[in-house]
Amino acid sequence: MQQLTVPAAIARQLRWNAVADLLFRRLTLLFAIFVAVLVFAILVALLVGAWPALSRFGPGFITSAQWNPVTEEFGALATIFGTLLTSTIAMLIAVPVSFGIALFITELAPAWLKRPVGIAIELLAAVPSIIYGMWGLFVFAPWFGDEIQPFLTSTLGNWPLIGALFQGPPMGIGLFTASLVLAIMVIPFIAAVMRDVFELVPPVLKESAYGLGCTTWEVTWNVVLPYTKVGVVGGIMLGLGRALGETMAVTFVIGNAHVLGLSLFMPGNTISSALANEFAEAHGELYVSALIALGLLLFLITFIVLALARLLLLRLSRQEGRTT
Amino acid sequence: MNARLYARRRLINAFNLTAAVLTTAFGLFWLGWLLWTLLANGLPWLTTTVFTESTPPPGATGGLANAIVGSLMMVGAGVLIGTPIGVLAGTYLAEFGQESRLAAVIRFVNDILLSVPSIIIGVFIYEVVVVSSGHFSGWAGALALSLIVVPIVVRTTENMLRLVPVSLREAAAALGAPMWKVVLAVVYRSARVGVLTGILLAIARISGETAPLLFTALNNQFWSTSMDKPLANLPVVIFQFAMSPYEDWQRLAWAGALLITVSVLTLNIVARLLSRSRQ
Repeated sequence: MQQLTVPAAIARQLRWNAVADLLFRRLTLLFAIFVAVLVFAILVALLVGAWPALSRFGPGFITSAQWNPVTEEFGALATIFGTLLTSTIAMLIAVPVSFGIALFITELAPAWLKRPVGIAIELLAAVPSIIYGMWGLFVFAPWFGDEIQPFLTSTLGNWPLIGALFQGPPMGIGLFTASLVLAIMVIPFIAAVMRDVFELVPPVLKESAYGLGCTTWEVTWNVVLPYTKVGVVGGIMLGLGRALGETMAVTFVIGNAHVLGLSLFMPGNTISSALANEFAEAHGELYVSALIALGLLLFLITFIVLALARLLLLRLSRQEGRTT
Repeated sequence: MNARLYARRRLINAFNLTAAVLTTAFGLFWLGWLLWTLLANGLPWLTTTVFTESTPPPGATGGLANAIVGSLMMVGAGVLIGTPIGVLAGTYLAEFGQESRLAAVIRFVNDILLSVPSIIIGVFIYEVVVVSSGHFSGWAGALALSLIVVPIVVRTTENMLRLVPVSLREAAAALGAPMWKVVLAVVYRSARVGVLTGILLAIARISGETAPLLFTALNNQFWSTSMDKPLANLPVVIFQFAMSPYEDWQRLAWAGALLITVSVLTLNIVARLLSRSRQ
């Protein structure tokens, strides 16, 4: 048999194609790896920058609430407390409200109202956080201090156990105001995700539940929510991540004070608001390093939240495999 | 016999559905209030001097021209730096990495980058660029913004490329096209609108970002277009002016806030129209 010969021009073209293919593939791989290196570099840079403070204060950096740039004593407890507290309160408010909004859009709203409400929610998720901060400082805080805080102090403030939370001067700004502004800011994020996943539920599932005589609420609680739990948890975690790292919306209204107290009406600080307020003006290696160490803590906190969300989703999807 | 059970179920249903309507009203109420204040406080001060004059000292008249130009420069540079990185990395994940372990790791790391608070990115750029160059600069701000663009573009590029049917790639490959040509001429072309939407959303996102600019670009009271020096930008100017005790500064802050919000919402609406025209 005669061997097939490839013309030289075509052979060259094929060789060149193979080389170009390899180059293109390597190029995309290079940039993909660059993304991974970037995250690693952020972690390393934070560690290096935080090292002077961490080595000076040791574990005491996390357990001390002292923050005194003059005597160069730094502890992160007050800011960690502020970050976790404001985010927790914000989520306690935002999650039920977002669920209500998603339920309203997918199950209750008449067809002509679905799109406008949905679009409004999505656009509001895009409003920059500095706008929420400005509104919080100039509009919400004065109103809240004049109208709502005295009322809360005279009612909830007298309750046993939780009463101490609502005592304090009605200044408008403070930890509670920051939590409320955060809640208002993350509601559109969570609601948009919840609505998206609720709409993915196959109508057949819902119709069969209705056919058995379920009420709308029972269909939502027993059919829609279990079917979409992975997406719902994802949406909540997205909102939580936002709330933890949010800077501008909080910085305007939290009052910037490194204090650790029970009252929600007192000024406080979160990690991000401390960074925003002090970083550009910080003098002295130890001061800057302590602020970078705060940043490192925030990075770790958001990472832990993300990792926990991943684990939770993994376990949820495994359970699914067993029970159905 | 079961009348009480039915009554209870109906009651629970009615109660919870009413709650859903009320929470929707509650959520939209705050957001409506916010937009209303923005318009009421921003619109009266949004005059032509805002666009023609630079930021004034307290008590004098002025505008936001230097901040607007600075913002445009940094957002532009940030997108030009971040987009190619994001598109190529997203291409690797969708076309070559696919289900491999390396791709899974990069996807996870990209999710981390997506969730890193933007102020941390500011701290990172401060350490790497500002400290080593010795001064705040527009380039530092642009780099910080580009780090926010990258993970968004990676995610949307991968998702959009994956929507392209495999049969299209196979058809091109069967005609003898090498892989790079398949990706550039076939896959990119059919995913073009989706990728563009992602880039627009990334631009919208960084246009309002304040935290990463606070200690990278800092601010500049004067007219300057040098990316090598501290550069005025709308978000930081708004922050400083709003927190100041001077009323004329606060008015400019409201005008700037309205300007940013309108441009961000416009970008979002354009992106939405684009993605709808695709479907």
